[in-house]
Amino acid sequence: MMRIAAGIIAAVLTVAAQADAPRFRIERGEACVAPVAEMRRDHMKMLFHQRDRAMRQGLREPRFSLKGCVECHASQKTGSVLGKEGFCSSCHEYAAVKIDCFECHTSLRQKKLAGRS
Amino acid sequence: MNPERRQLLGWGAAAAGAAAVSALAPGLNLVELARARSPEEAASTLQRWGLLIDISKCGTCNDCVTACHEENGVTGTGRPETDAQWIRKVTLRDKRTSYAQTLPMMCQHCEHPPCVDVCPTGASFRREDGIVLVDKHTCIGCRYCVMACPYGARSFIHEAVSGQKADVPRGKGTVESCTLCVHRVDRGETPACVEACNRDGGKAMAFGDLNDASSDIHRRLRAGPSAQVRADLALNTSVRYQGL
Repeated sequence: MMRIAAGIIAAVLTVAAQADAPRFRIERGEACVAPVAEMRRDHMKMLFHQRDRAMRQGLREPRFSLKGCVECHASQKTGSVLGKEGFCSSCHEYAAVKIDCFECHTSLRQKKLAGRS
Repeated sequence: MNPERRQLLGWGAAAAGAAAVSALAPGLNLVELARARSPEEAASTLQRWGLLIDISKCGTCNDCVTACHEENGVTGTGRPETDAQWIRKVTLRDKRTSYAQTLPMMCQHCEHPPCVDVCPTGASFRREDGIVLVDKHTCIGCRYCVMACPYGARSFIHEAVSGQKADVPRGKGTVESCTLCVHRVDRGETPACVEACNRDGGKAMAFGDLNDASSDIHRRLRAGPSAQVRADLALNTSVRYQGL
């Protein structure tokens, strides 16, 4: 009985979550550096790990760099991952997670998108 | 063993390595040769990055300062008392003769940095290749390092920053200083100040690996006298001056 109830609650939550889950367009790139499910769950671990290695040891692997995230995920309209429809901010707002990456790091894409000035 | 003696032995070993006398067998060397680092390799003690500044060639221009602040996205707020300063021009005047010299002053990237000694969180650290940096992820903005640095090289960011460069994160409440353009060095380029000085200025600055006996900077240091600022503190700086 409990299991069914839990199942129903989970299903309701999933539907609710899908209803007002943040929506954004990913502008660039064929695929991310890892499968979507893994990225959703573990992107912060990847960034943390990379952060200390890059800072302390000078290992600048482009694969998990924050700069790389921004290059692909910045919005085409604003050029940023922040803002109402920003890739980072919309989801973190939805999940009530406060990050301070962009207090120091730029949230803007550096390279211009092809065909745009 | 005192630091100077150790350094002398290190340089001797590097020179011997360069002469390839220490090869035990093909591919097996007694002393590892100094060489450029690939991006997949961690910074190591094989390198020690440094600057050599010839003051006799340093004129009145400000090109190194402008280039540094442009490269690192250091902008003023219009309040010079609190604005960050990664590099500045200092004028030395002999009071008796009025002879004036001007030189660029920035983080001296000490081998024994006082800023690292006093940091309570380990944010101020010295990378294996001799570059002294602030890990802003752990910096709490206490400013002990600002007080400890005998060269006045560190700045505190008092106000919220925007428009940072992608390679140079900067944020309110943390301390910063010259990084020897670590993002450029890791790409195999020279720091912005050195590039600007050699392009537009008096060609007074040279950048290189102090451990590499075949490098230009090593040769010049070997050939003539050079000085460390406040050598009495025995910090063994990576930035050396000629003609001081």
